[in-house]
Amino acid sequence: MKADPKGVMTGTHYLDGDHAACEGALAAGCRYVAGYPITPSTEVVERFAGRIPCVGGIFMQMEDEIASSIAIQGAVWAGAKAMTVTSGPGFSLMMEHIGLAIMTEVPCVFINVQRGGPSTGLPTLPAQSDMMQARWGSHGDYEVIALCPNSPQECFDLMITAFNMSERFRTPVMVMMDECVGHMTERVVIPKAEEIEIVPRKYTKKTPAEYKAYLPNDNLVPEMAEMGKGYNFHITGLTHDEKGYPAMNEESQKKLVSRLINKIQNYKKEIILIEKDGLDNADVAVLSYGITSRVAEKAIIDAKAKGIKVGKARLKTVWPFADEFILELSKKVKAIVVPELNAGQVVREVERAAKGNCEVISVPHLGGGVHRPEVILDAIVKGAQGGKR
Amino acid sequence: MENVKHPLSKYLREDRMPHMWCPGCGIGTAMNAFMHALEKSGLEKNDIAVVSGIGCTGRVAGYVDLDSFHTTHGRAIPFAEGLKATKPDTKVIVISGDGDLMSIGGNHFIHAGRKNMDLTVICVNNLNYAMTGGQVSATTPVRSITATAPHGSFTTPFSLPFLAEASGAVYVARWTVFHIRELQKAMLEAINKKGFSFVEVISPCPTLYERRNKMGDGLARMKFYKENSIVKNGADTKETNIEINKPFVVGKFIDIEGKPTYLESMNKYYDETFQCQLGYKTYKGTRYSCNISDGGVSEGCMDD
Repeated sequence: MKADPKGVMTGTHYLDGDHAACEGALAAGCRYVAGYPITPSTEVVERFAGRIPCVGGIFMQMEDEIASSIAIQGAVWAGAKAMTVTSGPGFSLMMEHIGLAIMTEVPCVFINVQRGGPSTGLPTLPAQSDMMQARWGSHGDYEVIALCPNSPQECFDLMITAFNMSERFRTPVMVMMDECVGHMTERVVIPKAEEIEIVPRKYTKKTPAEYKAYLPNDNLVPEMAEMGKGYNFHITGLTHDEKGYPAMNEESQKKLVSRLINKIQNYKKEIILIEKDGLDNADVAVLSYGITSRVAEKAIIDAKAKGIKVGKARLKTVWPFADEFILELSKKVKAIVVPELNAGQVVREVERAAKGNCEVISVPHLGGGVHRPEVILDAIVKGAQGGKR
Repeated sequence: MENVKHPLSKYLREDRMPHMWCPGCGIGTAMNAFMHALEKSGLEKNDIAVVSGIGCTGRVAGYVDLDSFHTTHGRAIPFAEGLKATKPDTKVIVISGDGDLMSIGGNHFIHAGRKNMDLTVICVNNLNYAMTGGQVSATTPVRSITATAPHGSFTTPFSLPFLAEASGAVYVARWTVFHIRELQKAMLEAINKKGFSFVEVISPCPTLYERRNKMGDGLARMKFYKENSIVKNGADTKETNIEINKPFVVGKFIDIEGKPTYLESMNKYYDETFQCQLGYKTYKGTRYSCNISDGGVSEGCMDD
């Protein structure tokens, strides 16, 4: 299905990442946003609040992030495509409702424009230190989808991907930006509505008598029912059976939680997006995501000038993790260099997936700014000299 | 006898009976009154949604045969706000307990009142957290014994009618589960009211609160309610405090007309602001939109 032209601001624009993400949401069909102000993410909802009356939808500023992260779920059940937007401290408050959205299978989008933490930390300065929180922050076992743009253009593009994946998999999708990407201003090209592919919400065609709210399809995703059409469905965050009724026992828990994990794990190929360049015959691979990839680019150029065979892999999808890709890569290179604006989070996953086949070099940076390219270059040089092969 | 049905069975998920409430608990009575009010309201089942939080009363959403949502602890109101704002034609009713709505969820309650969200909130107040074993809540009277106040509670409780009025509610009533007819009427009036309406239902928890405070069983509590409720419609909500083992005021306290709801205020303001702007239409709700859009409400694309 194609995008609704009312939300698509076709043309070439000069936008920051926050504004571009808002335009991406509007183009994707998002017509309900609930939010609470927090730096450096607020520009997303500010733009939405300005734009939405003439697009046809609603913005509600809530009393806190807890309210925002559940108001969007009410909106989704009532028929809207919806999202909320926040940064670290607000993301912490939203964790319980990310779990609710996973458990009750609510298609929605959470944007986190990351800043330095813990606690109030560095409100105006960048970090990528919520990456593990995005994966594991809510209690219980689950899988998530998290995307990581590295430019305003990609903020626009990946918002559409995020909404589409949320509908395809009936799960919340996290868009993990950072202060730099959110506040950098670049050219953003917004295509025509008919060039934007949108995944529609699949409402059931079964009769109320036939319908079971959590009976999965072949792809492990159940069909949604429209509110007010006689389905009288019941939604609960308790462990539930296929009818959606509470069923608190070992068997139901195993059946439900396994399905919630497998509906994403089994379809990783559809979800995992990686930008690759120069990895064939490379001795060293630089694996990055988000703003860090922009700095790594300079380090890669400098390393090549030194005669080092270096390639890049950029994760646009960080969760679910690209285990299979990393394993294959680890068999080909001497070292994988992982720069991140944190003390070393995603590098743990790289180490796990590489299974000791190659050296994995963490290049941490605690945020507040980005890496110096030389620091990444040093790690590339070290990787080219050493390594296991 | 096999054809004999509960007269309100159309509102019940009979496949979920028996319910999980204790003997002598008042939640079933409150739910019964609620179903009578629905019946009298004339609303179609498809036009009603029920939202609950967590706790004993939170289980109401699981027993009513309506589109119903059992959400997270304390957050039924903001969920209901999103639901209502997206589909304004639906009557959205929040039913939950004092621990859920007023203790952990108190912030959402006052803000929903302030904004005059078009919701009905029914709070079954059993004066403690029942589901988790009878701990002190935001409404527990001073000197009550609870699991977490084993020597007696010493913090001042909220008076819910006063809190509701101060927050901006357009309808505020309090009855006990002894006052079945009054309760049904109050719930009906609240449901029919446009704006933020609130009904407090005083209810016993014989298993925990009443037992610990040696107040007898459910029946003894009914007698207490009968003898100690002072019916005072229009009472000043400042006089509605509840003290342990003392008479307390019940009645309809607030019922005002003409206050614009959240969406009415928004639409009035935007209608003036965006008068001649291309694309602007008065907001009437939003559905997942596609390229066959028509104003705020987009049809189509359901059959794709």
